[in-house]
Amino acid sequence: MEFLMFVCTDTEPDTDTQPEPDIEEWVAEGERRGIRKQGDRLAPTNEARTVRVRNGETLIIDGPFTESKEWIAGYDLLECKDIDEAVEYASRHPMARRGRIEVREVMVWEG
Amino acid sequence: MLFIATDGEPDALLEQPGEFDAWVQESAQRGIRKVGNRLQPVDDATTVRLRAGEVLVTDGPFAESKDWIVGFDIIECDNLDEAIDYASRHPMARLGRIEIRPFWPTEY
Amino acid sequence: MTRAAEVVAEVSRSDWGRIVGALIRITGDWTLAEDSTQDAFATALLRWPVDGIPSNPAAWLTTTARNRAIDRLRSAASERARAKEVAIVESLQSGEQDIEDDRLRLIFTCAHPALPLAARVALTLRTVAGLTVPEIAAAFLVPETTMAQRLVRARRKIEEAGIPYRVPPAELLGERLSGVLAVLYLVFNQGYSAVERNELAASALSLARAVVALMPREDEARGLLALLVLQNSRRDARIGPAGELLTLEEQDRSRWHRDEIAHGLALMPAPVGPYAIQAAIVGCHARAASAAETDWVEIVRLYDLLLAQSPSPVIELNRAIAIGMRDGPSAGLELLSGMQLDGYRWLPAAQADLLLRAGRTAEAADRFREVIALTTPGQERADLERRLAELGS
Repeated sequence: MEFLMFVCTDTEPDTDTQPEPDIEEWVAEGERRGIRKQGDRLAPTNEARTVRVRNGETLIIDGPFTESKEWIAGYDLLECKDIDEAVEYASRHPMARRGRIEVREVMVWEG
Repeated sequence: MLFIATDGEPDALLEQPGEFDAWVQESAQRGIRKVGNRLQPVDDATTVRLRAGEVLVTDGPFAESKDWIVGFDIIECDNLDEAIDYASRHPMARLGRIEIRPFWPTEY
Repeated sequence: MTRAAEVVAEVSRSDWGRIVGALIRITGDWTLAEDSTQDAFATALLRWPVDGIPSNPAAWLTTTARNRAIDRLRSAASERARAKEVAIVESLQSGEQDIEDDRLRLIFTCAHPALPLAARVALTLRTVAGLTVPEIAAAFLVPETTMAQRLVRARRKIEEAGIPYRVPPAELLGERLSGVLAVLYLVFNQGYSAVERNELAASALSLARAVVALMPREDEARGLLALLVLQNSRRDARIGPAGELLTLEEQDRSRWHRDEIAHGLALMPAPVGPYAIQAAIVGCHARAASAAETDWVEIVRLYDLLLAQSPSPVIELNRAIAIGMRDGPSAGLELLSGMQLDGYRWLPAAQADLLLRAGRTAEAADRFREVIALTTPGQERADLERRLAELGS
């Protein structure tokens, strides 16, 4: 199953003083296990533009698609056998402590 | 990165047959779209946090909001105008809204 | 109830989850599995009074449910999906044996943390315990359509979010087991808090027994079962003649089920995990021949253990009450006066109780009024008003 991870910020990060996991090691592990296909960081939301087309006119506003306290800072695309494997791997991303991570399955086309 | 999202006030014009396929095909010809897909509904999202060494798994998306992400595309464009032009022809630009965000600059 | 209906109800309690669980494992389709099982039980209710009760009712129901699943698959299969469906029908027909942990697998999947809590509870009652949608809706005071939608969404999420159908591997077992136990405890309390909803308490007890039977080495599972058995042993004594809830002190202890208490005490593991400790506390009350003979020294010790494990203001409150009972009301009141629990009615309730024991009736009455203001109208509020009236102030 393919899963998309939204790597997000959080207003209440972990207060644990344990050293944070190394992102390079996390990536290397995902590649070794064959569960991480790709991923990257995104520019902050002040560089986001939101596009809508209404009555044939293209409307552009500055900012992300929705205003929320938390925002998406990056993404990873995973290939895991189920949500437990995706959650286990996601939970060791440094942003699982500094922020939060949403995991959602990519839709499979029937046929 | 394009985040394809819903919108409470969509355009009246519905998706035309073949419109989305044409969008994908155009990108294949021009080499714009690298990867993209629809996601399962937001009800099926799971959010993970690690606090004090404990894995906290909760039901739902990373933030509660009126609009939510239904799909994503990663595109390679020369500039923002090209990205806006291409995104504006995605059927969800009318039926929803599309966020365009560049990647982290140090990667280039 | 006719004999046939009794047997159907009995097999539903003992085998529903196993039959549904095996069908889910083979077909991967939750709705199909539940509908086919429901059909089989409905057929039994029609046929058994006429044809007689089969010699092995559970086996009859298993076979009938499988045949219903085959019928449904055959009629639903489109041309494109036929190959996959044929393979499933074949494994259903081959009479592939049930796997011992089918029910356990189902219990763990229904309690997966990626599901909303309300959905975990609803799924556990519907899919594992075999309660009907109207029964579950009534128990949680929501309309039937709401409950039906909640179940549809939960089944869809299991499929779409990639929730695995399995007993979790060793490294996840501890945390997932506590999730399962939390769902069972919630179901029990929902049933136990209302007199007329004892079906839920019975389901929770039966599921907790199943978990203990399937995982006999898990002390917390045994702790929860002991806790439920001991609490349930007081069911006949906790309601007064006017339907009012009675405190432990007011209850007629001769109406406690002594055999169940003995069973609960025998089940009890060493007080290490939170459920085992709570069971030990309830055990102290169960062993006391009268309220005056309660071993408050031991209860305070157990609350200390519990507090060290899972600190919470509610446990602190209960510990303060126990200290008040051990060392005299003023010791308890002193601890309570330092606590901040805004809008939590058990704090003024505990203060009222200890003030009363100290003979400070007027102050107790003030606290009671505070509790009543925080309580929604209903039986519980009526009980409080009764106690306030008894103070005569």
